[in-house]
Amino acid sequence: MRILPALDPLSEFFWTSGRDGRLRFLRCQQCRYYVHPPSPRCPRCLAVGLEAEAVSGRGWVYSYALIPDDAGAVSVAAWIVFPEQDDLRLTARLIGLAPAEIRFGMEVAVDFELHDDIYLPVFAAVAGVDDGPELA
Amino acid sequence: MRKGLFTGAVISGIGQSDVGRRLHRPALDLTLDAAVAALDDAGLSRADIDGLSAYPGGESLARSFAGPSLLEVQDALRLELSWYSSGVEVAAQMGAVIAAAMAVEVGLANHVLVYRTVTEGTARARAKNEVPPPGPPVAANGSMQWLAPYGVTGPPHWYAPYLRRYMHDFGLTREQLAQIPIAARVKSAANPRAVYREPLTLEQYLSSRTISDPICLYDCDVPCDGATAFVLSRADYARDVPHRAVRIESVGAGSGPRMYRDQFPDHCFGAVAASQMWSRTNLRPSDVDVAQLYDGFSFLTLWWLEALGFCGRGESGPFVEDGRRVALGGELPLNTSGGQLAAGRLHGFGLLYEACEQLRGQSGARQVPDAEVVVVATGGQPNVGCLLLTDGSR
Repeated sequence: MRILPALDPLSEFFWTSGRDGRLRFLRCQQCRYYVHPPSPRCPRCLAVGLEAEAVSGRGWVYSYALIPDDAGAVSVAAWIVFPEQDDLRLTARLIGLAPAEIRFGMEVAVDFELHDDIYLPVFAAVAGVDDGPELA
Repeated sequence: MRKGLFTGAVISGIGQSDVGRRLHRPALDLTLDAAVAALDDAGLSRADIDGLSAYPGGESLARSFAGPSLLEVQDALRLELSWYSSGVEVAAQMGAVIAAAMAVEVGLANHVLVYRTVTEGTARARAKNEVPPPGPPVAANGSMQWLAPYGVTGPPHWYAPYLRRYMHDFGLTREQLAQIPIAARVKSAANPRAVYREPLTLEQYLSSRTISDPICLYDCDVPCDGATAFVLSRADYARDVPHRAVRIESVGAGSGPRMYRDQFPDHCFGAVAASQMWSRTNLRPSDVDVAQLYDGFSFLTLWWLEALGFCGRGESGPFVEDGRRVALGGELPLNTSGGQLAAGRLHGFGLLYEACEQLRGQSGARQVPDAEVVVVATGGQPNVGCLLLTDGSR
């Protein structure tokens, strides 16, 4: 049984952002704080008028769960942290990695899985780069 | 000297239904058994009860998890209420108890019946025979939209990254973690109401099924059926109560800056609530005779040990490693009923029930001699709540 996000007025931009291959977060236009999960006001300065801004799509693996399914396969649900802001983080699936290959602090890059009109962000390893500075 | 946070409210009665892995009995039936037992224990009749409180109550959650609503219990007992309250976004399971204590303390009610009922054991047995119907994708709303599309559909999956990171940061081993469920079975052997009373070996633990790596089967508590009820009464009733009244010395319920399941900054969920609880009393961790610390997952107990200051951050693995410190007869007897890992997931209320029995000297073979101060802590991310209880002698 596949579960997909129900798009709502606040989250729709996030789940459709991958149409052009970019990951976006809401960002406060007053204090420049990235806001996730989305909110109508900046939780730091309470300004309105937040706008979706593209980020690099690169992040680091902070931790993860290995979730077995009924068929015996394992999916990886990881916490990804981002260089843009130290409290910006997402839960997302890691793809293309065997469990033994996953390391704390490894650098990953966003990709998208298309399900109808939803572009689900997932993350894959970036080859040949260093680990995150304080994450390993 | 501060005399305790709640001077106007006490726990005057406790009651519990039959508890079992699968009882195949209606939730309301179990609830009424517990309620009648608590009323009898408090020496009160239905006509005395003018307040009703439940966790989580309502009718919007799965019935096997939520138990009967206030509406059903009020009608079944024909209670005439001055005050009532239920909810799931509260200080975890203890939120219902704290709300009742506050209502009595400020005079909104004289005697509040508080209950928590689960029939998850029976529900899971039924669900095993059902194949989910094929169909279009299910839509995840609200906060679950950020987790469920990635398979993070329930507590083991949202906690697993916390545990993995903790093991990485502090060197906790699975052998150390295993001491929590192993110790639970040692305690439950002396608890006739416990669901599982046989010993658990390290080998069984290490070879058990993975639920959400690094969480294995024996890190998870046991779904069961049962109801637990308490009566919170005005403190002046403590004179007349048949058993010793239990005093609420302090509580803590703080949240920290972020409550989203994957957005919590430092991974020690109960630290704010615990420090608030200690700030409202003159008692210290070294005064605690017995600890009942939430064990919906084994590692939540470790984190409560740290949050409450029984050991330092990252030190709970070594703290429990040889099992002696937290054993009956140790410096901090822990989860003396066997907790939820062995006695069954009565969801916080079983821990409070055991705390009251310990303070009243009724725990039989697992009684801690002269137990005067007991801490009860429940919940994990995002909701937590802790109580410091005394027998009134401190």
